[in-house]
Amino acid sequence: MESVLKVTWKRLPLSTNFAIAQAVKDSDVDVVSAYPITPQTTVVERISEFIANGELKAEMIHVESEHSAMSAAIGASAVGARTFTATAAQGLELMHELLHIASGLRLPIVMSVAARALSAPLSIWGDYSDVMNVRDTSWIIIIASTAQEAYDSVIQAYRIAEDPRVFLPVLVAYDGYAMSHTYEPVYVSEKSDAFKDYIPKNPRWYTLNPEKPITMGAMASPEWFYEFKYQQVVAMKNALDVVKEADDEYGKRYERKYGIIEEEGVEGSDITFVTYGGLYGTLKESIEELRKKGEQIGLARIRLFRPFPSEMLADIAEKAKALVVLDRAITFGVNISGPVAREIISSLYARGIERNVYSFIVGIGQRTVTEKDIIAIYEKVKEMLASHERQKESIYWGVRE
Amino acid sequence: MMAKPYFRTVYDVPREEYLAPGHGLCAGCTAGTIVKLLLKVAGPNTIVVNATGCVEVSTTPFPYTSWKVPWIHVAFENTAAVASGIESALKALKAKGMIDPAKRINIIALAGDGGTYDIGFQALSGMLERGHKVMYVLYDNEAYMNTGIQRSGGTPEYAWTTTTPVGKILKGKVQQKKPIAEIVAAHRIPYVATANPGYFADMMNKFKKGLEVEGPSFVHVLQPCTTGWKFDPRYGIVLARLATETALWINWQQEEGQFSVTVSVPRRKHVKHYFELQGRFSHLTEEDIEKIQKEVDLEVDRINKLVGRTVIGPLVE
Repeated sequence: MESVLKVTWKRLPLSTNFAIAQAVKDSDVDVVSAYPITPQTTVVERISEFIANGELKAEMIHVESEHSAMSAAIGASAVGARTFTATAAQGLELMHELLHIASGLRLPIVMSVAARALSAPLSIWGDYSDVMNVRDTSWIIIIASTAQEAYDSVIQAYRIAEDPRVFLPVLVAYDGYAMSHTYEPVYVSEKSDAFKDYIPKNPRWYTLNPEKPITMGAMASPEWFYEFKYQQVVAMKNALDVVKEADDEYGKRYERKYGIIEEEGVEGSDITFVTYGGLYGTLKESIEELRKKGEQIGLARIRLFRPFPSEMLADIAEKAKALVVLDRAITFGVNISGPVAREIISSLYARGIERNVYSFIVGIGQRTVTEKDIIAIYEKVKEMLASHERQKESIYWGVRE
Repeated sequence: MMAKPYFRTVYDVPREEYLAPGHGLCAGCTAGTIVKLLLKVAGPNTIVVNATGCVEVSTTPFPYTSWKVPWIHVAFENTAAVASGIESALKALKAKGMIDPAKRINIIALAGDGGTYDIGFQALSGMLERGHKVMYVLYDNEAYMNTGIQRSGGTPEYAWTTTTPVGKILKGKVQQKKPIAEIVAAHRIPYVATANPGYFADMMNKFKKGLEVEGPSFVHVLQPCTTGWKFDPRYGIVLARLATETALWINWQQEEGQFSVTVSVPRRKHVKHYFELQGRFSHLTEEDIEKIQKEVDLEVDRINKLVGRTVIGPLVE
């Protein structure tokens, strides 16, 4: 029996950015390379303070761009260091080339992203356009909805990334501003070594070591390249179980767990709402109002965007008459333009489940979404459902056409 | 009194090979020579970060590799940033006792002219400014040879490339070669040098020095390219020597701010001897060549003044 370390928690008022920094410290990260960008910056400011005060023993690389931030993270991880970086929006886009390389080299880097809209026009405010663009890079993508969950998820992320069944980088996302700069009570460990058995320092991935020289990042001809990519497909598939196990184990040890999908009242619901990130809080509050009137409404929050929990979503859909998906990003040029809505539709198709899926685009560039909006969306969906109306195109909620 | 150089003759060159034969570099390519000698100097306790380019694609066609030391390729423009990450990580892991703190591991960033002068310049400048202990070796074949001879910031004036063709109006590259080693030296790092494989002992001593200094070092190596410069493959080393004999390429170093010319040229050759062996300059007229010769004469004066004595002699043939 593995002994479970008793953790003493302290309750601190922290923004999600500060909660992330705290998690980096408590994960005993070796190397941090990052570049300032709003609304991420206070993550690395706080980490710099931890290093300056000797609370975290790590090398901070003050790179000259996000491209170099990810490049340096790749170099550091390639010699076996536990590595962290943080970014948002344009910075994440500048890294994009290297996101594919980090996962292709199978390096367990962890990165946090304060999700933000993409230019142009310039917007420093929150939405998930940046995170959704990471979709096809073979990064595991966790989306947190509270500062506490962000803290716990970063620690879990190292366990997931460094698992030999996975060896893939992990991105932990959360709402820019609405979460990155909002203070919440967060339980953090009193001692920094509380997680050392949960995420032991034991680099098992391939590293550059003069005693055992290897070549990393070779050139693969058409005879070989495909198999490398397929191995990533398998690793991603494995990740679904590993994410679940990591969360279960975390729950067992530290008494907090989140699951892959947070759900509530989905059994026998007329309509189940699906969303991600901080918006879930607004959604919960709004639905309370409707439920008081006797409406049967389910709620589901996707915590894992990659690998996508298709089967779990199909299960949830089966229990409802219809799904409403609130997306905070747009994939341009297609009729159903909510990235998560599209994933759900294909998940249902694969299982042969016929359900109406209503895709709503909300909160773009941090356009406010209030309880009134949620209630109005619900009324609109009820109408469409009553008239058996199939949705032909996503609804751009609240836009001035 | 200068200390005697460590490498003086071919007998001083270590026998151990760390670049295995069988790579796919062109017959007559001098990049293989440079890398082979570089690794002989560095030895087995070395990690190499290689930019995308000729050396990278030619030495690592999966499942084969020519590298007997740990080697990584990440992308084209970020060699210096990857090397920075490796250096910082080794520092952190040593501090935490995860690797032996007494172990000295050389970190070498290896990139061509495109990956250094142009697309990799920002990452290089960042690495130098942050002071990572990395030796950056630039093998300069004066164009994007891996993609098929396109001009770079390192291509010299007048040179033909596929993107600076010899046409009715424009004849080769219009702009001058960027003085990259001087720009690097302006970062005030401990060691900057230029070298060429025609003077292999001088080049190897510079690699050795570059690995010894505490901080970033930069060795800029001229790399004659048979395919891109259009010369008979057997003339690679001849051309490397001619570049220095004509003073088109001066082998110098700057150590802790002290500038010196390490290969003096008492009797200087006319630049035409260098140009006439290369197809990329075959369109040059006598006037063009004389114009370049005058530019070289001025540069020689400047260098001699900088050193304080005549290290590059008068034109004699």
